Amino acid sequence: MDLLKEEELFSSGHRACAGCGEVLAVRQVLLASKKPIACAMPTGCLEIVSTIFPHTAWQVPMFHSAFENAAATISGMEAAYRILLKKGKINKKIYFIAFGGDGGTYDIGFQALSGAIERRHSFLYVCTDNEAYMNTGIQRSSATPQFAHTTTSPKGEVLPGKLQPRKDIMEIIIAHEVPYAAQTTVAFFQDLVKKVEKAQSYDGPTFINILVPCPLGWAHSPSLTIEVSRLAVETNFWPLYEYEKGVYRLTYQPSQVKPITEWLKLQGRFAHLFEEKNKHLLEEFQKYVDEKYQKLLKKCELSEK
Amino acid sequence: MILAKTGNEAIAYAMKQINPDVVAAYPITPSTEIVQIFSSYVADGLVDTEFVAVESEHSAMSACIAAAASGARAMTATSSQGLALMHEMLFIASGLRLPIVLCLVNRSLSSPLNIHCDHTDSIASRDSGWIQIFCEDAQEAYDTTICAVRIAEKTFLPVMVTIDGFIISHCMQKIEVLSDEAVKSFIGEYKPNYNLLDVDNPITLGPACLPDSFFEHKRAQAEGMNQALTHIEDVFKEYKEKFNRKLSILEEYQTNDAEVAILCMGSTAGTAKVAVNNLRNRGYQVGLFKLRVFRPIVAKYLQKALKNIKILGILERMEGLSAFGGPLFNEVRSVLYDEPERLITISYVYGLGGREITPEEIEQVFLELLSLKNKRKKDIEKFRYINVR
Repeated sequence: MDLLKEEELFSSGHRACAGCGEVLAVRQVLLASKKPIACAMPTGCLEIVSTIFPHTAWQVPMFHSAFENAAATISGMEAAYRILLKKGKINKKIYFIAFGGDGGTYDIGFQALSGAIERRHSFLYVCTDNEAYMNTGIQRSSATPQFAHTTTSPKGEVLPGKLQPRKDIMEIIIAHEVPYAAQTTVAFFQDLVKKVEKAQSYDGPTFINILVPCPLGWAHSPSLTIEVSRLAVETNFWPLYEYEKGVYRLTYQPSQVKPITEWLKLQGRFAHLFEEKNKHLLEEFQKYVDEKYQKLLKKCELSEK
Repeated sequence: MILAKTGNEAIAYAMKQINPDVVAAYPITPSTEIVQIFSSYVADGLVDTEFVAVESEHSAMSACIAAAASGARAMTATSSQGLALMHEMLFIASGLRLPIVLCLVNRSLSSPLNIHCDHTDSIASRDSGWIQIFCEDAQEAYDTTICAVRIAEKTFLPVMVTIDGFIISHCMQKIEVLSDEAVKSFIGEYKPNYNLLDVDNPITLGPACLPDSFFEHKRAQAEGMNQALTHIEDVFKEYKEKFNRKLSILEEYQTNDAEVAILCMGSTAGTAKVAVNNLRNRGYQVGLFKLRVFRPIVAKYLQKALKNIKILGILERMEGLSAFGGPLFNEVRSVLYDEPERLITISYVYGLGGREITPEEIEQVFLELLSLKNKRKKDIEKFRYINVR
């Protein structure tokens, strides 16, 4: 697909921060998606930066109503579509996409998402995962990695940031027996585009989790967004993989896996881990990443047999 | 056609004839039956509706909102905690001016947990921008549900139609129903000016509004509610003309010569009518006002109707927990504030959590009001209860 020839459906002039990974992801998804599209999103950064009245960055229908209900909203839109199609009031195929951040997906919107997937509505859910509540000022979510500093899991005299590892949303979504679920990130845009195409080849609910660096929340230079995104993959923190009809598949493997410190050191939220007293935490982090990756490899091997 | 229907069945039947595009709902006592019966209509192919059996009431209202914004006619039903869980979305439905109809089977709100009737649930949503119409019985619920579709789509405001949990929802009575064709032609087609699925003319709906525009949106919405009563009157009038069935805004019963009256909402009006009859047989000139439209506040109706009343007992099926009476008492009282002859108003809280109210108890209220009629306002205890230990 020649994306350069595709119409831009997310206009420039929106209010996202310089180096925002989320709007890159949205733009890439919209470029890659089949058309026409109708979208929904929960309350959050994306909504605030793209739709301050009377302006909008969206060249496609976009609906926002509340924080915890993007999946229920897309359910209602898709249900309306089905009946209006049946009644002949609509006469074309429409593709439904919901965009939710990690807060609106892993946490407050989780129940609605689980329900909508179980009901087998036809939509693609895209989680733009920046690993914390950025819109409200960088609070920890269940997607925040262990040891990350956020404003509600601050590093302190006795605590090293967030105590718990992040939630594995992919496994939870896969447990719903979706036809397709995938994980990707903005630095690998061809991977992302392919995954959108694959997701939309299925009618049922599909899910793509996109790691989107947030310069403000992760405390890295806005010029490093793509680099930080790439290193998340090269260190195996964020393996690129997909789950398709029961089969796990890696879609990219780094030729040489880098140590996790390469990724961590670019981000202020992990700066405290490089203090002498926290050295053991870096080791723990590396161990977690390695184990998680090995588990994923096992799943890939097992499902290919 | 005359049918035997419970309140829930009557509403479900009305919904079948309305044949909405989308129903998204979640079970909760005592409204569950509406959804159950409606799902059987779906299963039997008697309606075209897309039924979305959501995983919570919050999602039920979210899905209705999204469906209505997508150009579909959307309905739901709930009770109590379910309405409370929808609370956030109620404001969004009205703020987006989406004509959703919600059939509410009134039930108390926890805590303590109780599945029986009082009006705490709907009244707790009174400021959410929904039109609220209370029904005395299954017949009124049936007729009002059909009218609600028209009212919602004329006003661009969502409408809540309420019946008393168990008392009406689960009691069978004779109701007269219209033909499917009559309902279909009365409600017509839903044709919103904009919809999300018009992909050739994409709109962004639900944007953030900053201080430079938020206020204007709210002011416009308030104007919508200011105009709502006229539309309700028009729809009720048309319904009467077409089907010869009268739906009131504020029903008056034996009030012509009465100086002493009570005002209430919902099924208690039926009980109060018996009390009025009993007392009239004994020579007392007492009357009843049944308030049907709780939102918008029907000030001009109340002011006109209560002109000759000297003392009014306001029977309220909720405890406002305000230390100054419940919302019904305070609103009716406030409406009368500028009247030249200000009557005595007394709050009677009754029937919480489904406690029964009898004609005898209402007769006692009337007798109490009669004994207080000539006392100085200041000497009268305003906040009273019926049958509580």
